[in-house]
Amino acid sequence: MYVSVRDRPGGQAPPAAGSALRRVAPTVLLLGVVSLLTDVSSEMVTAILPIYLTAQVGLGILAYGFIDGIYQGVSALVRIAGGYAGDRSNRPKWIATAGYGISALSRIALLPAQGFLAITAVITADRLGKGLRTAPRDALIADASEPSMLGRAFGVHRALDTIGATIGPIVAFALLAAVPGGYSPIFVVSFAFAIVGVAVIVLFVPNRRTGGVPSTLRLAGLFRAISAKKLRGPLLASALLGVLTIGDGFLYLSLQQRDNLAASFFPLLFVGTNVAYLALAVPLGRLSDRVGRAKVLVGGHLALLAVYLTAGGPLGGTIPTVVTLLLLGTFYAATDGVLPALVTRLVPEEARGSGIAAAQTVVALSRFGASVGFGALWASVGRSQALLTVACLLVVALPAAAWLLRSRESE
Amino acid sequence: MNSLRVRIAALAGVVLLAVLGSTAYVLHVRDQQREAEASAPKVETRGDLAALRGASHIVFRNTALGDGYGQVAIVPVTDPGGSRAITPAVCERVFATAADALCLSADRGIVTTYKSTVLGPDWTAVRDLPLTGLPSRARVSADGKLAATTTFVFGDSYASPGQFSTRTLVSALDGSQNLDLEQFQLVVNGQTIAAADRNLWGVTFADADTFYATAASGGKTWLVRGSLAQRRLTSIREDVECPSLSPDGTRIAFKKHGNLPAGQWRLAVYHLTTRTETLLAETHSVDDQVEWLDDNRILYGLARARSGTASSDVWVVPADGTGTPQVLIPDAWSPAVIRK
Repeated sequence: MYVSVRDRPGGQAPPAAGSALRRVAPTVLLLGVVSLLTDVSSEMVTAILPIYLTAQVGLGILAYGFIDGIYQGVSALVRIAGGYAGDRSNRPKWIATAGYGISALSRIALLPAQGFLAITAVITADRLGKGLRTAPRDALIADASEPSMLGRAFGVHRALDTIGATIGPIVAFALLAAVPGGYSPIFVVSFAFAIVGVAVIVLFVPNRRTGGVPSTLRLAGLFRAISAKKLRGPLLASALLGVLTIGDGFLYLSLQQRDNLAASFFPLLFVGTNVAYLALAVPLGRLSDRVGRAKVLVGGHLALLAVYLTAGGPLGGTIPTVVTLLLLGTFYAATDGVLPALVTRLVPEEARGSGIAAAQTVVALSRFGASVGFGALWASVGRSQALLTVACLLVVALPAAAWLLRSRESE
Repeated sequence: MNSLRVRIAALAGVVLLAVLGSTAYVLHVRDQQREAEASAPKVETRGDLAALRGASHIVFRNTALGDGYGQVAIVPVTDPGGSRAITPAVCERVFATAADALCLSADRGIVTTYKSTVLGPDWTAVRDLPLTGLPSRARVSADGKLAATTTFVFGDSYASPGQFSTRTLVSALDGSQNLDLEQFQLVVNGQTIAAADRNLWGVTFADADTFYATAASGGKTWLVRGSLAQRRLTSIREDVECPSLSPDGTRIAFKKHGNLPAGQWRLAVYHLTTRTETLLAETHSVDDQVEWLDDNRILYGLARARSGTASSDVWVVPADGTGTPQVLIPDAWSPAVIRK
């Protein structure tokens, strides 16, 4: 249920612009490299998991769906715990390292794992690691960056991360071509990438600058920090926009049901989204530093509104499909890294990880609700009507969300 | 840790170990695989294709390692363990009638794409039928006019974002008609189910209009009887997956989940008129849409545990719960019986 496009494999696009890379803190670049290596590692496995589970292990379709549900769901639950643990110990680096380490070990555990329960356990461990590391890592990025350049810093990190997600499936299928039917080499090479990632964070990423002293943040303090007036507006806005953000799966499915073109290129649909995401993550992050994160966040949802209209409209064919995908990538580029940048400024430094985790969890849970609700809507009124209905609701919700966001951002 | 040099050296060490270790492992597995291929007991592949098709035969996916892996093959019903004839067609899942074959194939690459192809008598493509997603089941009606495919597709499940679920299409083999079973009305115990999470898979044809399939919603599965003309599916019985109608049309062989752990099934046969259910002698978990060898025995594929390879065998077991399962065709998958 991770909220960004970088959980998806594939996509080919140029790396982020050099000038932007030079102007972010070394820590951000290092964490970007760690994420790149880790994403190569995890997307290698994700890309071949459906084939492995069904063709090799012999699991049925439903069993696979169950595993995939776990894969998506577990990380949201431990995310707040990771954010809080990072804040409480004041050692976000080591909480993040533990998260990367758990995921790395889960790769090698896939080797002996046979059967449904073992594989479920291994995948759950991987997602636990992912949930654990995300918020403390984002807190480290925020710590290392000038407040005026937060958007750019998150943009650079997400771009590096997406490059890793692009390389992963390529490596996996290259290996599968070299050793046909051999899945264990994929797990071993994936483990090797993950271990190098862990080495980079352990050896080179500095801990929080305030360093070392455990904070006095207690659970009550955590709740105070994330229910503070300043954060309440953005969290409400996130929830409001989140319940109107239907999953990519639905959008791809919608494109596919509209015409056969999208159906035959189904596996390639997310490539278009990734290209736009990769190209725009840094520029939109920089834009958010200049004109305000709330504005870019709202603007991103305007792109989402356009996605609903182009996907729900009657026009099919190549151009509307490509436009829809590029707009979807724009939406993710304008929201995924911008949200933590926005939240960072609104919570006290000692509760940074918790605040970021709270916002991301709100988004993940509300989007999950959106998917369930949209599924029902689709079934009762049909694809096009359902999309246009959500588009109308988004038109109504956007001014409210803009007001909730703008009144709180003190920039 | 205070010296940058030491840390760089440490990283270089980790990178070196990672590169050398994983390279060595990959090469080792590749060598092992080549040895396994070289030492694998060779199956006889010198059967005469044209002659075999003259009598009752079984069409299947050849999974013997080496040349011909993944290609469609044929053995006579009278000597299923004997020499097989390999056709040029490469399929993940295959089903055949006396005249045509339905082949679900994968084009593996950075982005894997899947195809559903009708193969003519000479095993070359006659036309493509629509298909989206990973091939799972394939069936052709006895009159050779209708094809049914089940695949799983990304994002087809409404309840959980990013989850895979099934899509089942019934197509006319001549390409003139194409129906998505998810668009059909689903009636379970007299009530119409419009739930978003409903799913359908595993079609078996009875006649030109009637078929059986599995419907699922809210964690339950049902055997449904479908009508193509009425576009309706009506439930018959709970906990039935991947039905397969016997040649005489009286019984349904299926996989039953019961109270087994998630992802496991037991083979069973349901008698449509006496409404009795019989568990079969096979105790391994089977995830396959079974095929009837004749009115008394059924065939199914079982994966074989051997590291680094995707081998499987086709097994046979009596349909009345007696006897013991036996390997009928080694190194085989996805059997279809053509009776003459």
